[in-house]
Amino acid sequence: MMQFMLLFSRQGKLRLQKWYVAHPDKLKKKITRELITTVLARKPKMCSFLEWKDVKVVYKRYASLYFCCAMEQEDNELLTLELIHRYVELLDKYFGSVCELDIIFNFEKAYFILDELVLGGELQETSKKNVLKAIAAQDLLQEEEVPQGFFDDHGLG
Amino acid sequence: MPAVRGDGMRGLAVFISDIRNCKSKEAEIKRINKELANIRSKFKGDKTLDGYQKKKYVCKLLFIFLLGHDIDFGHMEAVNLLSSNKYSEKQIGYLFISVLVNTNSDLIKLIIQSIKNDLQSRNPIHVNLALQCIANIGSKDMAEAFGTEIPKLLVSGDTMDVVKQSAALCLLRLFRKSPEIIPGGEWTSRIIHLLNDPHMGVVTAATSLIDALVKKNPDEYKGCVTLAVARLSRIVTASYTDLQDYTYYFVPAPWLSVKLLRLLQNYTPPSEEPGVKGRLTECLETIFNKAQEPPKSKKVQHSNAKNAVLFEAISLIIHNDSEANLLVRACNQLGQFLSNRETNLRYLALESMCHLATSEFSHEAVKKHQEVVILSMKMEKDVSVRQQAVDLLYAMCDKTNAEEIVQEMLAYLETADYSIREEMVLKVAILAEKYATDFTWYVDVILNLIRIAGDYVSEEVWYRVIQIVINREEVQAYAAKTVFEALQAPTCHENMVKVGGYILGEFGNLIAGDTKSSPQVQFELLHSKYHLCSAATRALLLSTYIKLVNLFPEIKNRVQEVFRADSNLRSADVELQQRASEYLQLSIVASSDVLATVLEEMPAFPERESSILAVLKKKKPGRIPDEVRDSKSPQPSVIPAATINSTNNTNSSSADLLGLSTPPGTTANTGNGLLDVLGDLYTTPKISPNTVQQNNIKKFLFKNNGVLFENDLIQIGVKSEYRQNLGRIGLFYGNKTQFPIQNVHPELHWTEFNKLNVQMKPMEPVLEAGAQIQQMLTAECIEDFTDAPVMSVSFSYNNVPQKITMKLPLTLNKFFEPTEMNGESFFARWKNLGGEQQRAQKIFKAQGAIDLTATRTKLAGFGMQLLDGIDPNPDNFVCAGIVHTRIQQVGCLMRLEPNKQAQMFRLTVRSSKESVSQEICNLLADQF
Repeated sequence: MMQFMLLFSRQGKLRLQKWYVAHPDKLKKKITRELITTVLARKPKMCSFLEWKDVKVVYKRYASLYFCCAMEQEDNELLTLELIHRYVELLDKYFGSVCELDIIFNFEKAYFILDELVLGGELQETSKKNVLKAIAAQDLLQEEEVPQGFFDDHGLG
Repeated sequence: MPAVRGDGMRGLAVFISDIRNCKSKEAEIKRINKELANIRSKFKGDKTLDGYQKKKYVCKLLFIFLLGHDIDFGHMEAVNLLSSNKYSEKQIGYLFISVLVNTNSDLIKLIIQSIKNDLQSRNPIHVNLALQCIANIGSKDMAEAFGTEIPKLLVSGDTMDVVKQSAALCLLRLFRKSPEIIPGGEWTSRIIHLLNDPHMGVVTAATSLIDALVKKNPDEYKGCVTLAVARLSRIVTASYTDLQDYTYYFVPAPWLSVKLLRLLQNYTPPSEEPGVKGRLTECLETIFNKAQEPPKSKKVQHSNAKNAVLFEAISLIIHNDSEANLLVRACNQLGQFLSNRETNLRYLALESMCHLATSEFSHEAVKKHQEVVILSMKMEKDVSVRQQAVDLLYAMCDKTNAEEIVQEMLAYLETADYSIREEMVLKVAILAEKYATDFTWYVDVILNLIRIAGDYVSEEVWYRVIQIVINREEVQAYAAKTVFEALQAPTCHENMVKVGGYILGEFGNLIAGDTKSSPQVQFELLHSKYHLCSAATRALLLSTYIKLVNLFPEIKNRVQEVFRADSNLRSADVELQQRASEYLQLSIVASSDVLATVLEEMPAFPERESSILAVLKKKKPGRIPDEVRDSKSPQPSVIPAATINSTNNTNSSSADLLGLSTPPGTTANTGNGLLDVLGDLYTTPKISPNTVQQNNIKKFLFKNNGVLFENDLIQIGVKSEYRQNLGRIGLFYGNKTQFPIQNVHPELHWTEFNKLNVQMKPMEPVLEAGAQIQQMLTAECIEDFTDAPVMSVSFSYNNVPQKITMKLPLTLNKFFEPTEMNGESFFARWKNLGGEQQRAQKIFKAQGAIDLTATRTKLAGFGMQLLDGIDPNPDNFVCAGIVHTRIQQVGCLMRLEPNKQAQMFRLTVRSSKESVSQEICNLLADQF
């Protein structure tokens, strides 16, 4: 089971965090800080897995972003790497050549996509097509709504 | 600013841009505070906000929270969004709640109501949103509220596949929180049969759920094995086009395959149904075969997915540990990975091989890769990979390769990363001890460890080498010679000084014949390190010095000079000062006989599990491979661990120094089958008081101080002094464990209240880990007595009540006052006390060969005065003393006549009181 997933930049800025175990906020912040430092200190050719406290950390860097998952001892490391890759593929497909900025400005979408892929720390759907279908269905529901916000934001409300 | 998808919230995007444009942390905080004030006023204002505005502000709050700031309002607005009829508003509401609401919030009732409504929705997207929220929060309240609803959703024929997937994982989350929510009975079979579901996504989600259920109740869900094997078989034999979108980079359903292989690791191999077993073996072989096929893609995703399945298959093979050819094949496959380009693969291969090394079927196959593994330890760029290599070398070590592996590890230690040195030191120390056929080698290894990595050699390691040297006579001279040589290095580690000091103090005499290591040279060599050492080491060295005085009287003056030095005799350190002054006095006052007794060689240590192993286990729980599984048992994998341990227990000879195969705490129990059956061997060590106690109590006839009782938990020492008819007895309770011992309650029982009075002072009921506490007893002898008081100590360890019982070493002879007299007066009295009512006599067989010196030493400690030159036969012993009691003093004479030919003793005691003669005679009989 995945305990948590963190996305952070090369500068150590946290871009997304998803926790599948309940921790107090203080502990979450501490773990995040320590893990980001640990991962950023590693060299490029190093192994993507590390034993860290009582979890197994699997991470991979895509351009300026690190994707980092904390797994339990019995989980399969290689497949966790591919789970990260699948998530990246989904983001890429959805945003069209995803970049860090897409995730910053549309963090809620990044969450929604992750929720379709992983639920309660377990993989829910591995088919790229099915996940994208679900997200498209959500977007479709939104488009049916009257875009009243448009006027508000332009001072016309 | 990038384009915003969907119904973008422009206000949010502007805010995010502002934050990104902030030049400093202060500016960012300022901007955020402004925004928070704005949102707060909007939420509090009179104007009712519409859904869109609420959504926008809630989303901004969420963003601020994710930046790392605390958010203490907005929860109510988020909950309001849940009941919006617009999906996008609802979705943001749910997101906020799953990120920010803690489980005991007051709002939870409202949230649960909204979730209930959404679960009823006919739109599967709404239902899934609700399920995701339940899975994200997963609290007890949720489990109670939805525990009956969700299982129905999962198995109902009407539920859509996407909802089933979410329901399975949602249920899993709630089950982890409250295991009671899963109904049994007919549900079991319906849940298991989800493995047959035509939708791969449903099977993937359901397999995770079933895996958790199986862990909780393996028997009830046993039916899943057949279905899982069947499903796995269909996947591994599928071509990559069969499974369409569930094929990942040409690998058919890798996630599901891994989950199924994982699920099967909850059971022993399916032996009841040979068909199933055969099919599983076929699957595993197919996976191996595919690994050998040329890759269908050069992408790393392809090889990762393929190898992920392969590694999981190998895990299952190791778990089953029944098919030799599969295990060997796994080993060969992993061997190929050891020299793969990918660091990740090398890392995993080393890790996996570590498990293979513990199987009797593959242990030898693993050993073939020794060279590559040694290279990995030396050459890998990544310390975590080197660490795996060290672990593997440790696991694959046995008698045949120990010397080489230990040698390589020692060599690597010189340059090893600081982060793994301490653990490596422990491992080398354990291997050297475990596989030593020649203990000189062992001594060399440990001294090398100290030389190379002295800072990382913990106390346990150097204590252990001393224990072993003391227990093995054959290695003592070598050890003395080697430490002597090691100490000659211009700089040597303080740990070397400790070991050197201790060993030379005990066995320096064994090398003193050589002029190069004469007593003077030994002493000066040690003392040249003295000023560089810490107080603890200096204290040890002072003891060494006094021991050297005993071994070599010729250096007494020089040593006394050192004791007298201001830096010792007036040391600011109270321990050093005390040692220096006591040892100085001892060396001045004591005769050589007394010195020899006080400074006698240390007795052998009880053979027990190496404390080093315990340290290693504590450092890395679960990463210390167990012994290679017992090769004599026909079906290794079905034998529960406890049985293996107990077989080893009886097999292990006393030569097994480490006691590696014996669980901690049971060493003393060998042969006591009844105790072993009662409860967990590891957590509640049981006690075997009888033998220890019997031996000890006899010993105490002749001495007043020592260890009265000892087992794995507790040590009770005694120190006593007597004056006339009064005695003071100090008991020292030492906790030998890592945990507190509680409710310590000693009690005394004896029958002759009118003859003996014993008072016990109250003591603290808690004995902290590793601590020692003292309890004082006072005794008064009123009249001569025969029964020593029995002390029973009850306590609890790990909440298990324990009780130990022993006799106090409080016997009549303790109240003796020795009396000097000449031959004339002795024989005069002897004759006077010749009446039938006054004398007692016993003839008994010697315990072993008659040793007059040993007999003499014993008698000297008995309390009477040994009178020399009185008996015409020099082999006979005569003694005199006065027993002090409150009501009278009883003069007492004793004669002990050994007969070497017959191996017999004749003991005669005469006193003015018959009962005293009888008792003294009884006490001494059979003691020589």
